[in-house]
Amino acid sequence: MEATLASIVAAASPLVYAVVGETITEKAGVVNLSMEGTIMLSAMTGFAVSYTTGSVLAGFLAAMVVGMLIAALVAFASIELRLNQIAVGFVLALLAVELSSFLGDPYVGQQGPSVRAIDVPLLSDIPFLGRILFQHNLSVYGSYVATIGAYVFMFHTRRGLEMQGVGERADASFARGIDVNRLRYLYTIVGGGLAGVAGAAFSLDVKLGWREGLTTNFGWIALAIVIFGGWHPLRAASGAYLFGVLQTVSLKLQPVFPGVSQILPLLPFVLMIFALVLVYLRLFRELGDRHPMLRHLLIADPPSGLGTTFHRE
Amino acid sequence: MNHTWPSRLLGVAVPLVLALVVSVVLLQLAGAPPFEALRLLGDGSVGSLAKISDTLSAWVPLTLAAAGLVVTFAAGLWNIGVEGQIVAGAIAATWVAREMPGSAPVVITLMLVAGVVGGLLWALLAGVLKTRGGVNEIFGGLGLDFVASGLAIYLIIGPWKREGIASTSGTDLFRPEAWMPTVGDAQIPVIPVVLTVLAVVLVYVLMRGTRFGLRLKAVGKNRRSAHLLGIPTERYTLAAFMVCGALAGLAGAILVSSVFHKLVPAVSGGYGFLGILVVLLAGYRAAWIAPIALFFAAVAVGSTQLSLRLDLDSSLGGVLQGVLVLLVILLGGWRAVRSRRSTEHAAQEEP
Amino acid sequence: MSLELQDIRKSFGPVRANDGVSLSIEDGTLHGLLGENGAGKSTLMKILSGFISADAGRVVLDGTPLALSSPRDGIRAGIGMLHQDPLVFLPFSVLDNFLLGSGGGLRVDRDAGRGALLETGERFGFSFDPDSPARSLSVGERQQLEIARLLWLGARMLILDEPTTGISATQRTLLFEILRSLAAEGMIVAFVSHKLEEVEELCDRVTVMRKGRVVGEAEMPCPAERLVEMMFGRVFSESEPTPPPFGEPVLDVDRVILRERVVTTAELDVSVRQGEIVGLAGLEGSGQRMLLRAAAGLLRPISGRIDVHGRDLTGRPYRGFLDAGVHYLPAGRLEEGLVSGLTVAEHVLLARGSDRFFIDTDEAHEQARAAIADYAIVGTPGSPAESLSGGNQQRLLLAMTPPDVRLLLMEHPTRGLDIESAEFVWTRLLERREAGAAIVFASADLDELLRYSDRIVVFFSGRILRVLDARTTSGEDLGYLIGGKERV
Repeated sequence: MEATLASIVAAASPLVYAVVGETITEKAGVVNLSMEGTIMLSAMTGFAVSYTTGSVLAGFLAAMVVGMLIAALVAFASIELRLNQIAVGFVLALLAVELSSFLGDPYVGQQGPSVRAIDVPLLSDIPFLGRILFQHNLSVYGSYVATIGAYVFMFHTRRGLEMQGVGERADASFARGIDVNRLRYLYTIVGGGLAGVAGAAFSLDVKLGWREGLTTNFGWIALAIVIFGGWHPLRAASGAYLFGVLQTVSLKLQPVFPGVSQILPLLPFVLMIFALVLVYLRLFRELGDRHPMLRHLLIADPPSGLGTTFHRE
Repeated sequence: MNHTWPSRLLGVAVPLVLALVVSVVLLQLAGAPPFEALRLLGDGSVGSLAKISDTLSAWVPLTLAAAGLVVTFAAGLWNIGVEGQIVAGAIAATWVAREMPGSAPVVITLMLVAGVVGGLLWALLAGVLKTRGGVNEIFGGLGLDFVASGLAIYLIIGPWKREGIASTSGTDLFRPEAWMPTVGDAQIPVIPVVLTVLAVVLVYVLMRGTRFGLRLKAVGKNRRSAHLLGIPTERYTLAAFMVCGALAGLAGAILVSSVFHKLVPAVSGGYGFLGILVVLLAGYRAAWIAPIALFFAAVAVGSTQLSLRLDLDSSLGGVLQGVLVLLVILLGGWRAVRSRRSTEHAAQEEP
Repeated sequence: MSLELQDIRKSFGPVRANDGVSLSIEDGTLHGLLGENGAGKSTLMKILSGFISADAGRVVLDGTPLALSSPRDGIRAGIGMLHQDPLVFLPFSVLDNFLLGSGGGLRVDRDAGRGALLETGERFGFSFDPDSPARSLSVGERQQLEIARLLWLGARMLILDEPTTGISATQRTLLFEILRSLAAEGMIVAFVSHKLEEVEELCDRVTVMRKGRVVGEAEMPCPAERLVEMMFGRVFSESEPTPPPFGEPVLDVDRVILRERVVTTAELDVSVRQGEIVGLAGLEGSGQRMLLRAAAGLLRPISGRIDVHGRDLTGRPYRGFLDAGVHYLPAGRLEEGLVSGLTVAEHVLLARGSDRFFIDTDEAHEQARAAIADYAIVGTPGSPAESLSGGNQQRLLLAMTPPDVRLLLMEHPTRGLDIESAEFVWTRLLERREAGAAIVFASADLDELLRYSDRIVVFFSGRILRVLDARTTSGEDLGYLIGGKERV
């Protein structure tokens, strides 16, 4: 049991980075739809760089830079060129996937370095929890830091409040002296950087190595989990862990249903997407309206300014 | 904006040249002789009758999907579910091929009809999720894509598995009556090509020459005005989904009956998503779909040669397509911003 | 402290919102800025707060020119602006709204903020629950929150843009008290309004704007006639030739109550007969628009009954109203009338409710050319709707009105139009009336209301204040009533 839970926590860590990153981006009002490609290309880059240099850290940094560059392009196209974020993000998603295949060809099947396991002193000795949470590696611990950091930043710092304001209502933020577009650039790039880290966490930790399509569909599912997570970093991370549970369950079920074992890995994707329907359900909405406590759990209101652009007259 | 011919041509030529430059740089990086590679690309797609036939086989589903997407885009919809709609069409057609007795013309016709219906219903599902459930069509479509490919895999390894072995390589080959006839040694898929041309003409006429298309455009561009003009916007949204689904389903049926002759797991082959790129590049105009799709199909087929001859990954074609579309979009945005700025200046300088 | 605006100019495309505005405001006075909708008041105040940038002109505070390149500069100079629609973040808590944008350390010190909020609130008699979402506040409370925030931030000058729209009488009284005491403390207070009564009640000095220019200044008290004349120009209450005798009732609104966002109307009763033109007068947001939309089938009444041509259409879908010969022309011509990106010919096609599947392009262009000639539209069948000027957009909308329309509902039929287009529009509307249609229109233009209406229904804060015979009503009387005042 402990081992299973620990493996879920570890396996979910890349997705946690990705959903926290996209939550930050969307909270600031920008949709970075390129997640599928960003994660894939940064997974490849992360592996290639650490394979070449022998340094895992260099791999993570390179992956982060890839994510930031793609995000910067999305922000530029939206803010400066006033282009549809969905269109640009979608093209970048497909393009980056193709690029990862093309550029990653020489690295397929190679053995590269991986993140070293480190137990967290003291914490790892906690019974049960220590085993589940604190006997992993820095990549996994980093996903905790990202989640909790994003949460604290968003809800307990001045800058975080401003970030939410920019995504919620650009004109009101502007009237309060906030440079809306500069912050949108900033948080889109930060979010993209985290998505890049997600890629490296796949190729240098969870799915060691590189092959074409290493992270197929994880980017799309990350976008869905952001909605499921109601644009809240903790709830989004929970979504990523829930997805990890579904994946583990479906793997465990494979020997039970040998006839359909090949489709079981797809099941978590399907379930996760259709969990979205619940978020949209009127019943849940009404329940949330009546019980403010439940609202946080059930309802997902996107930032009102999501996908829009702001220009001063 | 100035839509004169030279400027439009420039809008296509500049990104095309830039995309080629990017490809050359990438080839250099990969240590391959760039111009040899580009020549192989051409040879591999149109170098012989057989290659042309391959290119046409890719052009057919790509164009069908793109033609359908023109309709959903006109209604302001991002029909990401198009992949699943292709798969649904392929599944429906496979069912006919396996279960319906009869001579070739009957079976093949029924397969095509089944494909159309299957794709249409699958698209309707995404439409209802949007209009009734409030689920954004991007995510509803994505979910239905997963479901459709899951269903295909389930059928392949379950009820429709090959005699003795359950393998994800596909079902048994169809009986010969369910094979789409081709022409000549090069196996040119004449019937699918004719159907595709008809589909493109249909969409073109639908969007350019009918009240349905006009109302659909009004719904896509301004839902509130459309409503005030008395257009039932919800019904038109669903109709757009259904037209796209029907064409995608037809593509799926053609893929199983003309290309694979069986149901395979990745039957949609990414043609749906690629179709979205084609439509973006075409600026949502039906008239440009066929030539752009032909170019894309040629690049896709030609790039498989690269992996055989130069030991390069065949994704170079995809990279080239992606870069091209990205550049066209960015350049278009840049020109729009520039022209907006110059009109603003003109307005201010007026006495 | 004194503030001076010198020769401010600002154009939006071809529209000159501010056309060389100069104005000076002294501290300790309550300065009113009066003018009809679209006179350029809001634009001027947004420039002053740094929210939009002027094309030309200077803002001078105590002799020093201010560089206002963003609201940040305005805030730094101590200028606090209360926007007409209070700029609050609805899902955020009251406290977070209060704190967002304030300076300080990295951490949001919510405890200190809570204290400051409650303290500032108490000082002015506001009571807030810091933890409830701003969504749950009324418009008046949102405004109070913004005032508290601006003062806490250290504003030395307060600009209020139409602050009384949508707030209760008690909130208004409280607001006015606060503004008076702030002015008495030596603050600059600029009060922007189109409501004569409020300016009279509150301000020490008033500047009147019309069509982007300052047309006059006055010390208060000042005779209302003079202000009305400055606001509207000279109003000639001439009437068009006598209408044909009215026919059957076309629209019967019977004890209808409407609700849209924060505004709920009283019971409304209006009846319109065939061949009659009824003008709806009132300040923006007094209920005229809601009545029009309800009569068009776009807003479902909470209670009451709407009959068109004697048939009960209450609660029917919009389509049913269209089929009954009702046609609605909204004020936002490009927002909910025309479709940007479609051409004139395509609009004409959309409007002709033909059931033929195929479009005959030649015929469509023929029809479009006919419409263009008939309605003197400057444009070609291939011109996109958004490329037309406002006047031509309105002409196109008229051309799209079905010939057999029985009830025509219009919002601001001539707003933003030049005189020639306005005349043209009305010539065509009068023809429609001759042909047996009834017309109901809302307008802010007193001249237009008096000249073309047979009866004028005056709205004030969600109820019908009075129904007037247009022939026996003077411009002054109407101006008073619109401001909610009976003439003494």
